[in-house]
This record gives sequence, structure tokens and C-alpha cells, in this order.
Amino acid sequence: MPLLEKYPPDSVVPVAGLDQPTWIVHRDSLKELAAELQADSASGFDLLLDLCGADFPGRPDRFEAIYHLYSVERKERLRLKVPVPEDDPVLPSLAGIWKAANWFEREAFDMFGLRFEGHKNLRRILTHEAFEGHPLRKDYDAARRWILTEDKVYRPQPRPDDGESDDDMFEQMTINIGPSHPAMHGTFRVVAHLDGEVITASEVEIGYLHRCFEKMAETHTWQQVIPYTDRLNYCSSFINNVGYCRAVESLLGVEAPPKAVWARTILSEFSRIMDHCVCNGSTLVDAGALTNFWYFFQPREEIYGLLEACSGARLTVSYCRIGGLAEDLPPDFEAHCRRLLEMIPGFMDDIERLVNKNRIWLDRSVGVAAISGEEAVNWGWTGPCLRASGVANDVRRDHPYDLYDTVDWNVPVLPGGDVYDRYRVRMLEIRESLKIIRQLLDRGMPEGPHIIDDPHIALPPKEDAYNQMEAMIYHFKLIMDGIQVPAGEVYSMVEGANGELGFYAISDGSGKPYRLKVRPPCFPIMSTFSDLIRGGTVSDAVVSLGGLNVIAGELER
Amino acid sequence: MSHPKATRPYKYSLAERLYLPLLAGLWITLKHFLRNVFRRGRSYTIQYPEERRNYSHRFRGHHILTARPDGSLRCVACFLCATACPAECITIEAGEHPDVNIEKYPVVYDIDMLRCVFCGYCVDACPEEAIIMSNNYDMAYFSRDQSIATKEELSKPYTYDASKLGYRPRYPEEEAQRAAIREGVVDLVGEARKRHHGGSEAKAS
Ligand code: SF4
Ligand code: SF4
Repeated sequence: MPLLEKYPPDSVVPVAGLDQPTWIVHRDSLKELAAELQADSASGFDLLLDLCGADFPGRPDRFEAIYHLYSVERKERLRLKVPVPEDDPVLPSLAGIWKAANWFEREAFDMFGLRFEGHKNLRRILTHEAFEGHPLRKDYDAARRWILTEDKVYRPQPRPDDGESDDDMFEQMTINIGPSHPAMHGTFRVVAHLDGEVITASEVEIGYLHRCFEKMAETHTWQQVIPYTDRLNYCSSFINNVGYCRAVESLLGVEAPPKAVWARTILSEFSRIMDHCVCNGSTLVDAGALTNFWYFFQPREEIYGLLEACSGARLTVSYCRIGGLAEDLPPDFEAHCRRLLEMIPGFMDDIERLVNKNRIWLDRSVGVAAISGEEAVNWGWTGPCLRASGVANDVRRDHPYDLYDTVDWNVPVLPGGDVYDRYRVRMLEIRESLKIIRQLLDRGMPEGPHIIDDPHIALPPKEDAYNQMEAMIYHFKLIMDGIQVPAGEVYSMVEGANGELGFYAISDGSGKPYRLKVRPPCFPIMSTFSDLIRGGTVSDAVVSLGGLNVIAGELER
Repeated sequence: MSHPKATRPYKYSLAERLYLPLLAGLWITLKHFLRNVFRRGRSYTIQYPEERRNYSHRFRGHHILTARPDGSLRCVACFLCATACPAECITIEAGEHPDVNIEKYPVVYDIDMLRCVFCGYCVDACPEEAIIMSNNYDMAYFSRDQSIATKEELSKPYTYDASKLGYRPRYPEEEAQRAAIREGVVDLVGEARKRHHGGSEAKAS
């Protein structure tokens, strides 16, 4: 830990945080402190997980910038809070220290109007150019709409900045890929400057799917946010449900009953398998290997069947509730899981035999968009993409939740850092997930209720609500007023399919979230994209985007 | 910090350089192909819309407004569903019911199906079991006006067919009965095929 005495008095004040150490930092000391925290080998907060703003209109310093830091080696967390006055909302940019800060600072600028001094490209990122005001400020009316007219559209014009363009052997040109383009897996737009077929510079435009999830959460009750979380990473919506419910549960200080925890772990792992199937399947399609796509999608289809039998929906499951699960598990749950356990490995074997040593795939993926572990950490990567660069970082192992510390499994790590190893890590993780599920099934389903028995948090059973006056009153109160979450703040994380999925929730004790920030794992990963594809060809760029598993619903919220 | 500073080189083996593993790959695809041709029951394609997947009895599809034995709607226009709805897509206008025992009834009850996120919160919220869901997911509209399901559309009688019911309040004693209806739900594809070729499927009107 750096010596705090050398900073001016009151400029770094550690306070007791509910969930992790929290320091209140004066903005003048921020840059120096951050550099020290990042570089100091003893503290080594090498990963900037998240940066977000918050708005407290009543306070003398209206805004607050909140940084969540993580030390990969020591598995420690630290929260920095920097108060910012309304009349001069300026902070130093930390993009030179953690590259991950680049996009996060743009987001905080877009959402709150915080200005980061020294940021090279402080433009709006999630909203469009004709947008006026800052949507997450408390005085912004959530119903305001802005129309983007043709004359205001921003036109990216990437230019190589390092004099590479003097080689005039090939023609230079700028091409636009997306936002509606089959290679763009969602709605991203990449404008690339080419020298021949080589990308010399590019600019990534996102925000086409932005719906301001965080503002919507502020205008709804805590329970009503659950269906919205489905739409973050929609390839593994159940994990988002779990992540959000766990955040609220820790604010409430309650725990889900054993049966719910057991089912959450199993279904999270199935969702992870599904997500990896989509990611690997579509990456291989981008490289021309269509057959694998079918082999990946057959197990995925059956996993959807399981989720549907539990929750009633395939994609947007909304199966978790605060304090447990929406409904009891179906009677054939275990049989259904076992059948999936039987069928999935066969497909995975076939896929691995098809492509693992296939030279066409090797030529397309080995060494493509490679990134070293050190770089990846600096860019804020987490999850399978980081593990493919040789850094063993997994929330399930480092900060166990649910039942992950009671089962025997490994964190696969590969050294390549390229598209090929990102594919391989996901294949290995599918096997580990199956291992986890098998052990939990062998242990047997715990007896008991699927949701906690607390009428202030969970709806009473229907029969009681119809027949008993007291249950009826609780039913009405819970629906009219929502769950009363005590004031406080918490950063709670789960291992999403693509990395650390964090929910930072601030409650002010009213029935609605005061601020809810999602730490989307693919946001920092996507911010690297421009750097990753520089020097490669256009076809490399297409393959590497698939391997990063960027999901627009989560990226743009 | 001690994170890897470089990525590793990959060495191709001789077989890989000669594209030999492709032969194994061809054998695998051929195996799948033959299996699909000769054992049609194992193929995963469902000939939608003739064949359909068999969804569970929790499926969250198009809503149903249930009725009392006399045919009037059970809904008492208490607005709980509209309050619970995260998509704010339920519009209710309450009116005084002629029967003094029943306080209110909905004059207007509209659900905007394009806004609805099919979360089932309205079903959870209803204290009268007046709104439940069917397993009907065929919803397509030519215009936005058509997407607003009115009271009449929501209470069409065909939706009471037990095999077409979806998400609704669950009673433990009913579980076995429901499980019998959706028997074979584990083998969704096989079930869909059986129902189609068995000729027993009832046409949804
Ligand atoms: S299913 Fe959800 S979104 Fe649709 S009407 Fe009911 S509560 Fe509203
Ligand atoms: S459907 Fe149920 S919850 Fe909605 S207004 Fe009618 S009685 Fe109330």
C-alpha cells in the first residue's frame, strides 16, 4: 500500500466500506495516487475494473466518480471515490495509467457530463451526437427523446498516426463495416483505414443498442429490474439474473435458501456452456467452418429446453428473484440435466476433432489478434479472454460464491493470447462446467423452499395470498411499494460467461435503486479492438471480433 | 507484476502441415450426415410450423383473461398487474360493476404486445387469478395498432384448452397432473415429431 501521509491532509481518506475498502480521494491527488497504486508492486492494483459516475444533487460536491480497482495477484479490491463539484466537473484522465479508463471515461462523460482532463478523445460513446444533456443526472427526464438528424451524424475518419502511410505501394482506402453487417455480431460499426488489405487505423462506434438500462433501473422497483438484466448478455441471461439478485441480497443481508443456490450454480454453468457455444460457433462460422455451428447449436437448443421448463422462457428467463428462484424446480429437473450431461460431451468431441488440428482454422487463428497477459490486464480484460493470455483470473475461484468452493474443478489457462487460444479456453471451460454440474447433481437436490420465507422480500404463496388476510396485505404492499432495501452501497460480482460481471448498487432506502451500475465484461474488451486489429487484415479483424464474444446488449446497456 | 509479457509461438506438427486431420473431420461430418439420412428421428430440424416444439406448462406466451362460471371476467380492475409490470404495457380503465358484490370490473383492459417483455409479473401480481398466460407464441402484426390486445382478444375461449395453458399460479398438488400433460418434455424434438406424425395434434384456431 502506498504511504498515504505524503498526500496533503484530507486528500485521501479511507472510510469503512460495506463490502470492500473505500478511499475518498481529492481530485488533485487522484492521478498521483492512481499511478502509484498501479505501479507499486506491493499494492499492484493492476486492473481497473470499473469507472462510473453518480449524482447526488443535495451534496456540496454534486457528482462522484467511482473507481473499482482490483489486484489480480493478491485478489484484493479497492474503491476510490472522487467528489466532483457541479460548476467545474473536471477530473484528471487516467487513460495513461489504465488503458481501460479510455472508454469508461467517455461513458462517464456521456452519462454525467464529467470531463476528464487529458483524455484524447472525450466524445459521447453510448448516446448519439444530437443528444443533449446527460441522461443519468438526476434532473434529466427519463422520457426525453432526441432525434439524430443526418447533418449531425458523426463520421469517423481514422488516420494512421505513426507515419505508416508513406508506403504507397498499395492503395489507401477507408471502409465501413457495420452496424448492420453479418461479421459484426450485433450492432457495432468499425471504420477501418486500409493500406492494401492491412488495417492501419480504425475507429469503433458503439451505442446502437443503448437503451440506458441504468436509468430505467432508477425508475423501477428492485424486483422490476430483473427482466431488464436478462437483456444484458442475452446469450447467458440467467447469469445476469444471479449477479443482480446477489447484489440486492447482499444489500439486504439475506441469503437464498440452499435449493436456490444449488439450482443457481447448475443453471449458471449451463448458461455458460451455452454462451461459449454461441461464441465459438460464430467465431468458427466467421472463419468459414459452418458445420461446427450446427454441432454447437444442438446442445444449446436442449439447454434452452431446460431453462424453459424451469422458467417459462428460453432466452429471457427472469428465473431468479431476490432471495431465491421465481418458481420451484420442475419435478424432472435432475433427469433433464442428466440427459444434457450425456449429450453435450459427444458434440464437443466432434467439434474438437473437426477443428483443433485443422490447418485451415489454425492458419486463420493462431497468432491472430494476440495480446499478452500484461497488456490485457491493463486494458481491463477479465474472463476467458484474459485466461487465454495466461492470467489465471476467475471470480468463481478467487472470490467463491454459491457452491463453487465446494466442488472440484480447474481454471483452464492457456498462454497464446490469440484467437486460437480464446477458442480453446472456452472449449476447456465447457468441460469444467460439465464437471461442476455433474458433481452437484450427484450430491442431490437440497430439500426445502426455493425462495426465502420473508414476506418483505418474496411474494407469499398464491394460496395464502388468496385466503389469508395477512398474506394478502403483504402481497399488496410488496407489489405497490417494492422491496425496501436499506441504504448502502455494494459492488457484487459473479463470473459472467465473458468475464467479471459486476453490479454496483447504491440504495437510498426508497423502494427503487438510487444508482445501479453494471460492470459489463465486454466493454473494456471491445475498447481494445481498434488496437488488436491494427496491422492485421480485414479477415483477421472479423475472426477476432467473434473470439472476443462481445454482446451488444451488455456492451451498450 | 508477473503477467506474461509475450504470447507463445505455435508449432505445427507434420500431420497438421499436411492437412491430415481434415480427413478425420470429413469422417465426422459424413457420420452425422448418414445418421440424419438413415435415422430421421435423430435429426434436429423441426419442420415448423407443421411440427412444433412441446413447451412446458410454464411457458410465458400470450396472456389470457380468465372468466367466472357465468362468463364475466374475473378481473376486478385492481391495477396490481399494471403496477407490477416492468414494461408499463397494461392499460386498465375501471368501471362500477352492476353486481354489488363485485366492486369493479375493467371497462378497458389492453396489453401492448410489442412492449410486453413476457416476464409473467402480471400473473404473479394478480390477486384474483384473473390473468394467466398461454403457450401461444405466434404473434405477428401488420401494424402497431394490431399489437394492442384488447379485453376481447385476451379472453378468447379457445385459450382454455388445458394443453395450451402456460405460466400461471402453481399449486403443488397440481404438479403431477401437469407433468402428465407435458410428459416427454425432456425429449422435446421427439415429442414434436410424434405429435405431428401421430396426427393427433389439435389445430389452434
Ligand atoms: S408479462 Fe410482464 S411485461 Fe408483459 S404484461 Fe405481464 S407484467 Fe407486463
Ligand atoms: S388482472 Fe388481476 S391484477 Fe390485473 S387488474 Fe385484474 S384483478 Fe387486478
